[in-house]
Formats: sequence, structure tokens, C-alpha cells
Amino acid sequence: MTDQELRDVVLAALGRIAPEADLGSLDPDVDLADQLDLDSMDTLNLVIGIHEATGIEIPERDYPKLASIDAAVAYLAARPRSAP
Amino acid sequence: MGEFRMPSLGADMESGTLLEWRVQPGDAVHKGDIVAVVDTDKSAIEVEIFESGVIGELLVPVGDKVPVGTLLATVLPPGATLATPPAAPPAAPAPAEVPAPRAAPAEVPAPPAAAVARAAAPHASHLVSPVVRHLAERLGVDLDSVAPTGAGGRITRADVERAAPEVAAPPPAPAPAPAPAPEPSPAVAAAPAPGRPRSSPYARRLAAERGVDLADVAGSGPDGAVVAGDVTAAPSAAAPAPAPAAPAPAAPAARTGADRQASMRRAIAASMERSKREIPHYYVGLDIELGAATAWLDAANAERPVAERLLPAVLLLKAAALAARALPELNGFWVDGGFRPADHVHLGVAVSLRGGGLVAPAIHDADTLGLDELMAALRDLVGRARAGRLRSSEMADPTITVTNLGDQGVTTVYAVITPPQVAMVGFGRVAERPWAEGGMVGPRPVVTATLAADHRVTDGLRGARFLTTIDKLLHAPEDL
Repeated sequence: MTDQELRDVVLAALGRIAPEADLGSLDPDVDLADQLDLDSMDTLNLVIGIHEATGIEIPERDYPKLASIDAAVAYLAARPRSAP
Repeated sequence: MGEFRMPSLGADMESGTLLEWRVQPGDAVHKGDIVAVVDTDKSAIEVEIFESGVIGELLVPVGDKVPVGTLLATVLPPGATLATPPAAPPAAPAPAEVPAPRAAPAEVPAPPAAAVARAAAPHASHLVSPVVRHLAERLGVDLDSVAPTGAGGRITRADVERAAPEVAAPPPAPAPAPAPAPEPSPAVAAAPAPGRPRSSPYARRLAAERGVDLADVAGSGPDGAVVAGDVTAAPSAAAPAPAPAAPAPAAPAARTGADRQASMRRAIAASMERSKREIPHYYVGLDIELGAATAWLDAANAERPVAERLLPAVLLLKAAALAARALPELNGFWVDGGFRPADHVHLGVAVSLRGGGLVAPAIHDADTLGLDELMAALRDLVGRARAGRLRSSEMADPTITVTNLGDQGVTTVYAVITPPQVAMVGFGRVAERPWAEGGMVGPRPVVTATLAADHRVTDGLRGARFLTTIDKLLHAPEDL
């Protein structure tokens, strides 16, 4: 997957979690929890959304590495992927 | 005959607006089925029915705001058939005729006078139920011009509908109205929104069945969404809604975000004012070491696919539910000057909504659920709370509530009890702190649990017992 595709996956998952948010206005390198008021349930749903779209397993200890859109894309690009 | 009334969806609710009917007269329903959607100050709630049977007549039209307790629909015994079956709309005998807009031309039984708080209109010469009067207002029909056909000279709903101005119907139907309404009928349908109008799934199905084009229907739901009632009312009701001369409030107010915010704020204000005015709170707190719980959770989650992982909150909720069962004086309601314990633990969970405000719906029988079931229930509940699709039973009956502000990074929550409950549990964030034990100090995950409780019912000793019970439970996470 290209970085752009990964970015789209992250944005799509965020769109389901916060349907009212204007995703285009998100700052890609600012903390998502601050921009979107994400809580732990939202973070879990983000991880599930990414997994469903890409097959990438994200262990719990790596959740902090998904803090911003840029960070998430960089992290996902470096992760091995199982079949979705 | 059974009755389906506007439920009380929380102690602070006085009235609700009917947003959508999910059933039609003649539909068989079972206990627990969702039959309507009601808008409260806080959110749209799916309302379940508490008896099985057959829907008789829908007495309150979509868009009406009525007090708690108002009769919304009659419910016939299971297996009953309607005395006058609803006019089959697509198979109407006269091809040119406009499909009958509503169901049975049966007489509308008047709801209890006190229930419908609407000033008596100056039509003393006619016998007319408040529901029919309201329908007449909506349709712009002067009741003085309507020929009554009901028993004892009553004006029935069908009479009003016949007298309604026939406008906005796509085919130029020869109006079968015996008494055309004298009022000018603004023959303009609401301007169809560009593109596909927002609509509820049931409304789309209904529209397909009836051959109604959704683009021609004025939506009365949230943000102008088309709901089932709009479709059923489409042939005659589409036009009068924006009538400038109509004395009645026109279309049901489509709520804007700001609107919702303001009304939710008012609802919270009313409930919290009452709480602080009436409930003598006391507070106790306890730091709970979570080494065992966190280790158990990490190990469990490491083996699970993402979709089955548990949040730490689930352990806290389960422990709180079990503690509530162990200390029934904290699980129940203060009503009529006395404490009434609940015979089950319906655990309210405070869910903050994006954009502000919160709701605290209940997870039913939380003390009996396994952790996986509880996690699934929590995910479902949080998702629906934020999507505005909670159910009436969840809103009405939490027996004790938990607030978990740990995600916000605070250590301690000093909660305000939601009346008529008598206790509220708070959890701060789970964080590593220096923890002394057995003469050693080391870093351990710790959470601060608090309890706000009603001093009329319990004293600090019981409250302390509650928290130490939670502490004990969290030290044996495998048993939760």
C-alpha cells in the first residue's frame, strides 16, 4: 500500500468514528486525541478499522504510535501485513 | 385494550417529540420491539413496547411534542385484527383517486384529558378529540366546516382528512372532499432538496411500497430527513407544512446541532440542580493498585484479534457492577421520600458526546455479563449513544452510574449523583504511580476510585465498603 492509500484508510476509519468532523481540516501532524476528542473506545475503533481495511495487526503497546495521521501512516507503512 | 404511552426516559424528562413511527396500525408487535423514535432534550431515543399485541391506532402524529404519559397508540391483544382494516393504499379501487393518506377511518378515542396539554380550541359545538383537532390544525382545516360522521356527532380523523385541501398530489385527482376547506391552500410543496434527500431506512421502504418519490416529500426529521410519518402523510400533508397562515407550529422543528446542544445543556442543568438541591452527597475515595488487573488484561489482549480486545474500563465496570450487587443500599432509587432498592444492576455508563454534553444509558444486568459480553455491550452502547440511537429501556432505568474520566487524564472524579439514583462511581486515569507495599516502593498502575453517595440512604462506612469491594475484585481479575 502506498502512503496515500494508508492515509485514506486512516481518514476513512476516523470518518466513521467522528462523522461530524471535517477531516480535510485536520492537521496531519497534530495529536488526533486533541483534534477529535478521541477516547480509548475511539482509539480501539480506529485500530479495528485499520485492521479491517489492511489486515495490519496493531498490538496494544503500539497504540501511542497512531497519535497523529502522519505518525499512523509512517507506522503502518513499516508494519508487516497478514492477509486481511 | 393495551396502551402505548410516551415513556419517561429519565427523571428529568417532561415531554418528548414523536420523530418517527416504526409501525403501522395492524402490525403485530412483540415485547421489546422498537415501535417509535422519540426526541428528548438529550437525544433521539428508540422506544420499545412493553407488551405484545397488535398496533391499533396511532394517536399522535409525527412531529407532536407531548407530555410523558400521553397515550401514543392503542395496542390490541395478540392475534387481533383491526375492525376496519387500513385502506390498502396501492390497491385503491378508484384508480384516479389520491391514495388514502392514513389508515383506518375509525374513530379516534380521546386520550385522557390531562395527558394532552393543549388549550381547548373554540369548537365547543363539535365533539372532537385533541388528536383530531391537532390534525386539523396541521392540515389547515377549519373544524366548523367539517361534516362529522363519527358516533354521536364526533368529527373523526377521516372527516378531517377528507376536508383537507388536496394539494401537492402528483396526479390532479378529483378531490373527493365533500366539504372543501375554505382556507386558501398554499399549493406549493416544499422545495425538493437538490440531490437525494436524507431519509430513514423505514421511510425509504415505505416510500417504495407506496410509490412515493422521496424527493417530493418534505422531511420533518432531524436536519430535514424524511421519516416514515412524512411518507405516510405525503399526499396531503406535504404542502400545508410551510403554510404561513397556519396557526399551529408548522413542520416539526428539525433540530440543529446548536439547538440540540442548548436543550441538552438545559436538561443536564435541571437534573444537576435537582441533585445538588435535594441530595446530601458524601464522598469517599480509594487508590486501587491495578498490577494484577493490568497484567491479566495485557496477556488476554495479546492473544486476541483487535476486534475482541478488552478495554481497562470493562474491568472497572464489571467490578463496580458486582460491588453494587453486594451492597444493595447503593443500587436503587430515592422515590417518594424513601429508598427503593433495585432487584438487578443496570449499570449507567456516562458517555460523553462529541461536541459536548453527555448521556448515561444503562447496560442491563451488567453484574451477570462476562467480560466479553460487557465489552460488546459497551462498544454498542457508546456507538449508539454518539449516533443518537439509544433505546428507551436503556435511558429509563440505570440503577447506579459509573463515570470514567480516565481518558481525559485526570486522577480523581468527584461525581454528582443523577436523581433518583443514590450513588455514582468515578474512575480516574490508570497511571503508573509510586506504590508502597511490604516495605518497598515501586511503580505500579493505579486508579483512583471515588463514590458519591446519597447520605439519606447510606453512611460513609457503606460507601467505603463499596470501594474496598471493588479493590478486592480487581485483584482477582480472572474471576471477573
